[in-house]
Amino acid sequence: MSIVTVQLGQCGNQVGFEVFDALYSDSYCSQGLCSKKENEAYQASCKERFFSEEENGVLVARSVLVDMEPKVINQTLSKAAQSGRWKYGQHACFCQKQGSGNNWAYGYSCHGPKHEESIMNLIRKEVEKCDSLHGFSIIMSMAGGTGSGLGAFITQNLQDQYPNALKMNQVIWPYGTGEVIVQNYNSILTLSHLYRCSDALLVHENDAIHKICAKMMNIRQISFNNINQVLAHQLGSMFQPTYSAEDSFHYRRNPLGDLMEHLVPHPEFKMLGVRNIPQMAENSLPYSTFTWAGLLKHLRQMLISNAKMEEGIDWQVRPPLARLPALGKMPFNKELHFDTSIANLVILRGKDVHCADLGGFRDPALYTTWLKPADAFSMWKTQRAFNKYEKSATLVSNSQFLVKPLDTIVGKAWNMFASKAYVYQYTKFGIEEEDFLDSFSLLEQVIASYCNL
Amino acid sequence: MTQSVVIQVGQCGNQIGCCFWDLALREHAAVNKKGIYDEAISSFFRNVDTRVVGDGGSISKGKICSLKARAVLIDMEEGVVNEILQGPLREVFDSKQLITDISGSGNNWAVGHKVFGSLYQEQILEKLRKAAEQCDCLQCFFIIHSMGGGTGSGLGTFLLKMLEDEFPEVYRFVTSVCPSGEDDVITSPYNTILAVKELNEHADCVLPIDNQSLFDIISKIDIMVNSGKLGKTVKPRSLVTSSARALKKHQKPFDAMNNIVANLLLNLTSSARFEGSLNMDLNEISMNLVPFPQLHYLVSSLTPLYTLADVNIPPRRLDQMFTDAFSKDHQLIQADPKHNLYLACALMVRGNVQVSDLRRNIERLKPSLQFVSWNQEGWKTSLCSVPPVGHSHSLLALANNTCVKPTFMELRERFMRLYKKKAHLHHYLQVEGMEENCFTEAVSSLSALIQEYNQLDVTKGMPVQDLPRLSIAM
Repeated sequence: MSIVTVQLGQCGNQVGFEVFDALYSDSYCSQGLCSKKENEAYQASCKERFFSEEENGVLVARSVLVDMEPKVINQTLSKAAQSGRWKYGQHACFCQKQGSGNNWAYGYSCHGPKHEESIMNLIRKEVEKCDSLHGFSIIMSMAGGTGSGLGAFITQNLQDQYPNALKMNQVIWPYGTGEVIVQNYNSILTLSHLYRCSDALLVHENDAIHKICAKMMNIRQISFNNINQVLAHQLGSMFQPTYSAEDSFHYRRNPLGDLMEHLVPHPEFKMLGVRNIPQMAENSLPYSTFTWAGLLKHLRQMLISNAKMEEGIDWQVRPPLARLPALGKMPFNKELHFDTSIANLVILRGKDVHCADLGGFRDPALYTTWLKPADAFSMWKTQRAFNKYEKSATLVSNSQFLVKPLDTIVGKAWNMFASKAYVYQYTKFGIEEEDFLDSFSLLEQVIASYCNL
Repeated sequence: MTQSVVIQVGQCGNQIGCCFWDLALREHAAVNKKGIYDEAISSFFRNVDTRVVGDGGSISKGKICSLKARAVLIDMEEGVVNEILQGPLREVFDSKQLITDISGSGNNWAVGHKVFGSLYQEQILEKLRKAAEQCDCLQCFFIIHSMGGGTGSGLGTFLLKMLEDEFPEVYRFVTSVCPSGEDDVITSPYNTILAVKELNEHADCVLPIDNQSLFDIISKIDIMVNSGKLGKTVKPRSLVTSSARALKKHQKPFDAMNNIVANLLLNLTSSARFEGSLNMDLNEISMNLVPFPQLHYLVSSLTPLYTLADVNIPPRRLDQMFTDAFSKDHQLIQADPKHNLYLACALMVRGNVQVSDLRRNIERLKPSLQFVSWNQEGWKTSLCSVPPVGHSHSLLALANNTCVKPTFMELRERFMRLYKKKAHLHHYLQVEGMEENCFTEAVSSLSALIQEYNQLDVTKGMPVQDLPRLSIAM
């Protein structure tokens, strides 16, 4: 079963490159710490998912590159070619001359319909290369114009043309202090449209990853490369092959499907987040040892206290003793100390995984009342170590973690919308005030639903 | 990749343009060592095989043969354009790109706008169409002119309307040099106010430049250089001082000043031309910085100043470059953004600077700046990996800020002083098509603009309140 990636815009293409590079270098790294047979099965499974193979043995990413201007795609193609290890398909990219200018409406209403056929053709060709298609991973930022606007358009088209394939959007969440001035408008338009046509939105916050680079990786001058590499590591740790709890002989063949089945039990709740530990600079790795008990204790506290990394965890936060659904309605402005989960997936990779005790994640107090803890929690594992970490744990969760950032973005966009600032730039390309209002009401609904867990 | 066409109008416009082409050539030569005609060069230059007679000589790929500027040079006298054609840049232009007259506009907006406008309309249009045809994907016109005289001000704004009608999809960015208080042209307030009305109505973005500010910046650099504090003399290849050779060997007082403006245009377009980890295309400028179409005046500052002059001082901390960009004496007009209200702000960084440097400085500077209530995080950022020639990094800050208002108010005052006495009015009114209501309409257009800024200024210092949101029925 294969996953076809669609990488859109500057951010999507830069992240996409790092993801494939991380997948490749993990699969072919010499420190897998497992048997040769195990390693070969792992490589074969990774290859089936993310790469096709040319006759000469060179791996080709199952990916389509889309941007509305040529600079970034040229750069990405040549970086992949220079790696000498894997590459992009020769005819797998689509670019135009003039970018979307940070305008969601331009990407969605102009570039989208105009280039729909060409882009969907490229995707179809990539799909045809797969023995069996499992789904799409669409990488895009929500701040700009191409990734966000065209990304939403393409996701809708994928939903129309491949209704049975799963669609997971990798959404890069902009810095809170602003990188694009109209980012809040672009974000609410993106999120509301994706909510209608995507199966799950996996959110990657720039602010959180930036802090990981500074505090955990000890990088002094942080570049977008650094940030994208951390992001790629997290995605890799999610998507590399694993066994399920029930079957520890065959690598699971359908990671996207299993993921959605576990994590998205209700269409109202499809915002996912990913955390992983440990994270550290590569040169400190040889001097560190970890125990599963320690890693999982930290990861659990990160989940319930909404910490994005191992440093600065609030250990005071405790799950409530008894869930009282009648009192569960929380006002918007109340500080959300404890994060309630809908569903969690823990992925363990490395030495002695069979010894890891996940009891802490099965605690019913962590979850809503309407899903049995047995259904709300799942675990995948493999003895194969990931990306040079002897032991590593990844947590993918559908929880209240995003309520605050989402509420902030909607609030800022709403304030700006009340003054009508910048709206003329959108109406110019056919996105009317009505469309904004639809997006606002959909997202307010999402916020309220998550708040009331 | 997209292309831009530069239209330089009048004496000032052509002199700045000349500096610009000189610097642009140098910048691309420094980056493009192999001499291959690439997309970055193509944004401002055509590659022409001069052996081919006629227009068929454009080459889109391969080695650089002969670079021709994507430019139209317009002046109603011959002096400056002739000088350019005899200077070192003569190869970059050919006669098909020029429009000149011999009589001049006599520092009269009406002559430039009405007389020469209708006289040269067809000819200008033809050359613009030609320039546009030679582009693969024309994105932007850059108009360089001054506001105080006759040709740049009058004809320069005339063609703005023409561009709007003929190329509605193409952006119009205008670099306007405003006369300073002690201008030697008596009628400059008239010319400026008449031109501002056209800029209000037909430009997408205006970068106002003030001669006095340029002069102050140059003086400041001179003082630093001559005080000996810096320990060393100016490097021979300094940015501000050396590119004047494009015109003549010896320096003219305006050259260093024009060079700053040329640098502004280079830095404004660098992220669109070169690679970087966070690109900023030209169409992102107005998208991010112009919240309402009429409020399109952007105050700019270039830092670091001293390394801009390539003065050999010990390398300052990177953060100083960001601090300086917000200070009053680094702005290219006489304005104080720090003590006025920001509508939006762009930081365009070049060279060895990373996203963490940007974030750190935004967080550091934010508390000292006031942003309008609905745009508290009004930052647009870009990172271009190619630094200016001979430097490690640079910053261009663009501010949409109410600090431009005093400039407009002072202009209006100077205009009213003349206009009350009807001084020199007859020179304008004798031009065909020029009525008195042209003046009253122009001044009310300016007043409306000032009023817009007033309304924003009123909100300054008010507490930022979140508005009641849509409520959801559960």
